[in-house]
Amino acid sequence: MTRKQRRLALIGSCLAVLSVAVALVLGALNDAIVFFNSPSDVVEKQIPPGSRIRLGGLVKEGSVLKGENLQVNFAVTDGKNTIQVAYQGLLPDLFREGQGVVTEGTLDPAGTFKADNVLAKHDEKYMPKEVADALKKQGHWKMGDEPAGPQAKAQ
Amino acid sequence: MIAELGHYALVLALVLALVQVCVPFYGARRNDLALMGVAGPTAIAQFFFVAFAFVALVACYVQSDFSVTNVYENSHSAKPLIYKISGVWGNHEGSMILWVLILSVFGALVALFGDNLPARLKANVLAVQSLIAFAFYLFILVSSNPFLRMPVAPLEGRDLNPILQDPGLAIHPPLLYVGYVGLSISFSFAIAALIDGRIDAAWARWVRPWTLLAWMFLTLGIAMGSFWAYYTLGWGGWWFWDPVENASFMPWLACTALLHSAVVMEKRNALKIWTILLAILAFSLSLVGTFLVRSGVLTSVHTFASDPARGAFILGILVLFIGGSLALFALRAPLLKQGGLFAPVSREGALVFNNLLVVCACGAVFFGTLYPLALEAVTGEKISVGPPFFNLTFGPLFLSLLLVVPFGPLMAWKRGDLLGVAQRLMGAAAIAVIGIAAAYAAEGGGPVLVPFAIGLAVFVIAGALTDLVERTALLKVPVRTALARARGLPRSTWGTAFAHIGLGVTLLGIIGETQLGAERIAELKPGQTISIRRWDLNFESVSERQGPNYKEFAAQFTVRRHQNGEVIGTMEPSKKTFPSRGTGTTESALMTRGVGQLYLALGDPNADGSIPVRLYYKPLVLLIWLGAVVMVIGGGLSLSDRRLRVGAPKRARRQEKGGGALQPAE
Repeated sequence: MTRKQRRLALIGSCLAVLSVAVALVLGALNDAIVFFNSPSDVVEKQIPPGSRIRLGGLVKEGSVLKGENLQVNFAVTDGKNTIQVAYQGLLPDLFREGQGVVTEGTLDPAGTFKADNVLAKHDEKYMPKEVADALKKQGHWKMGDEPAGPQAKAQ
Repeated sequence: MIAELGHYALVLALVLALVQVCVPFYGARRNDLALMGVAGPTAIAQFFFVAFAFVALVACYVQSDFSVTNVYENSHSAKPLIYKISGVWGNHEGSMILWVLILSVFGALVALFGDNLPARLKANVLAVQSLIAFAFYLFILVSSNPFLRMPVAPLEGRDLNPILQDPGLAIHPPLLYVGYVGLSISFSFAIAALIDGRIDAAWARWVRPWTLLAWMFLTLGIAMGSFWAYYTLGWGGWWFWDPVENASFMPWLACTALLHSAVVMEKRNALKIWTILLAILAFSLSLVGTFLVRSGVLTSVHTFASDPARGAFILGILVLFIGGSLALFALRAPLLKQGGLFAPVSREGALVFNNLLVVCACGAVFFGTLYPLALEAVTGEKISVGPPFFNLTFGPLFLSLLLVVPFGPLMAWKRGDLLGVAQRLMGAAAIAVIGIAAAYAAEGGGPVLVPFAIGLAVFVIAGALTDLVERTALLKVPVRTALARARGLPRSTWGTAFAHIGLGVTLLGIIGETQLGAERIAELKPGQTISIRRWDLNFESVSERQGPNYKEFAAQFTVRRHQNGEVIGTMEPSKKTFPSRGTGTTESALMTRGVGQLYLALGDPNADGSIPVRLYYKPLVLLIWLGAVVMVIGGGLSLSDRRLRVGAPKRARRQEKGGGALQPAE
């Protein structure tokens, strides 16, 4: 191989791998990214049923209903709008009424949010950052609730 | 008093650091040996002062001196001693002290073991090292001083976050920090080479042991963190693609690439500029990691507190070092003498291909980690980039890398023979096919990709063994001769093989844990039984205990073999409540069966007395961390290679001259 060919081979393979990597990232950006929404966002943006989102806010006081087979229903609110959430499985350690929560899943046609993943705070000081920001937007933020601490996760 | 002494020692370290930046650097410019010689003693003195500050902080914790704000906020008099000590770095200020302590250890090590370095290089390296230290001392003293006092000393502290009260905290951060900070050495070497405008194969030989050391600790630290998350978070995950995990994974990837490119530079005197760039990138990614974790732009278990002033300060350090080093690189790199080009099909070519894939994979992780932050800053839109993204991007890149891993070590330098190597790997491929068939038969259907992934892991392991078998001629000569040849092989050959085998072992573990496991969730009352795969777990009873600073609620389970009811052990998951913080932890119970594990965790008890439990069977899961250990052993073997041994380069050089012909060509 001549020097020129060697250089071409090197640059060519670099470009090939790079473009594969870029294509993978762009492809994944279309499919594998989940947007965060507050209940008000869900109402205002009219998010279509079936698209995967994260929904975050406070667990509404008095809304938690436990059923058979680890079925749980609760409502997530940001003070302005409220969305019903249905979830089956174990709740994270510090899932409480009146506390911040982030859920992941899809809306069903009836407007109930089917969550397959619930994240809650794991520390008395902790509030998921997205929830804190969403609540600030709706004017429901108490100072001193600085976000800090770990995030517990349940599936 | 002791807190003030610690504070004072830190200030002295800051001043010394400034001296160590200016004097040796000036000396190197003037070619003044005396001025350059200042660097060594100051580096050692810096270590002593920082160590004093660290010990002072530990003393404050051990004595539970709550007049020190940092101790008040993160400790409790009833806490067990080990958590009083490990709690020192379980918070922002203390962890920064640990950071600079390790930085100063590395500075002192270069000063002690760097006798064989050219004086100018050593002076410049220590000056750059000290500049990093200076920036971080300043950061600690200005915005994160752990020695500040309370106006009124409280009687009791607020205790450490319960989730951090675990032996993991004593091990994971120090290991990880040694890895992070160890990369500063190759960074300093790179900057020193750029300042001097001179770089050669010897440079790579000096840099490689330090990089290898950092890599070993990073590997252990990441594995330890993953294991800790696995047993402590209560749902059995071992890797979350959490930004903070990525923050440690990206330097690991860059460091892995650097190790491989440094080989090319050492052996073939090529890829110089690229190696320098990787050295800069690896440490820059460590700094980015520190920024991500410490600035509070992310919220996660690792973010102890968020303070915008600290974030801005670390961002400043980040911009200064990354920007400065890249600018210097842009200015000086063209002056470095280029190495020759080489044939694409050769050992060098294979190592470049490795670099290409590892760096692209690292880029994908970088993008996925920072994209949500950038998007939120620009559009205000909040997104989560989770495992699906990384599985779709990092996954294919890294799996294709694994496919070519066995080819690399079999390739000859300068001009390789791809077809020949492929033929030599036929044995490994055959074993992999057997692996695929066995996995397919054992699984009895299921996803087709799983047996192939297992086959890939087997191929990586068998490929690494092929290299060893060929070099010792195990199948061709009598076993005794083969053993003698095995002893004569360079340690770095063993190191390569072990590291690659470890990679395959970890992959096996990952496949087993993610694809072949089973999960059961149920609400149980005492007396009820839950079954999973070949086992029945009988819920016997509950009990309550009082710990030193917590209350514990435990459930006892008896594990029986499903077939014959034979009792094989008990499991006792529990939940701890820490009154001082009003929070608790979930203590899962683990039972090891071979290299798999049964994993049992409790939820919050219901009003009717039943308890939700989560039970997993995770086959092969221990291989994930075992593989990491094998990789680290490989790193250690490579490090013990005579060629790289710190402090013994003269002997090594003589050997190369005299006995070079005896060594098999690598």
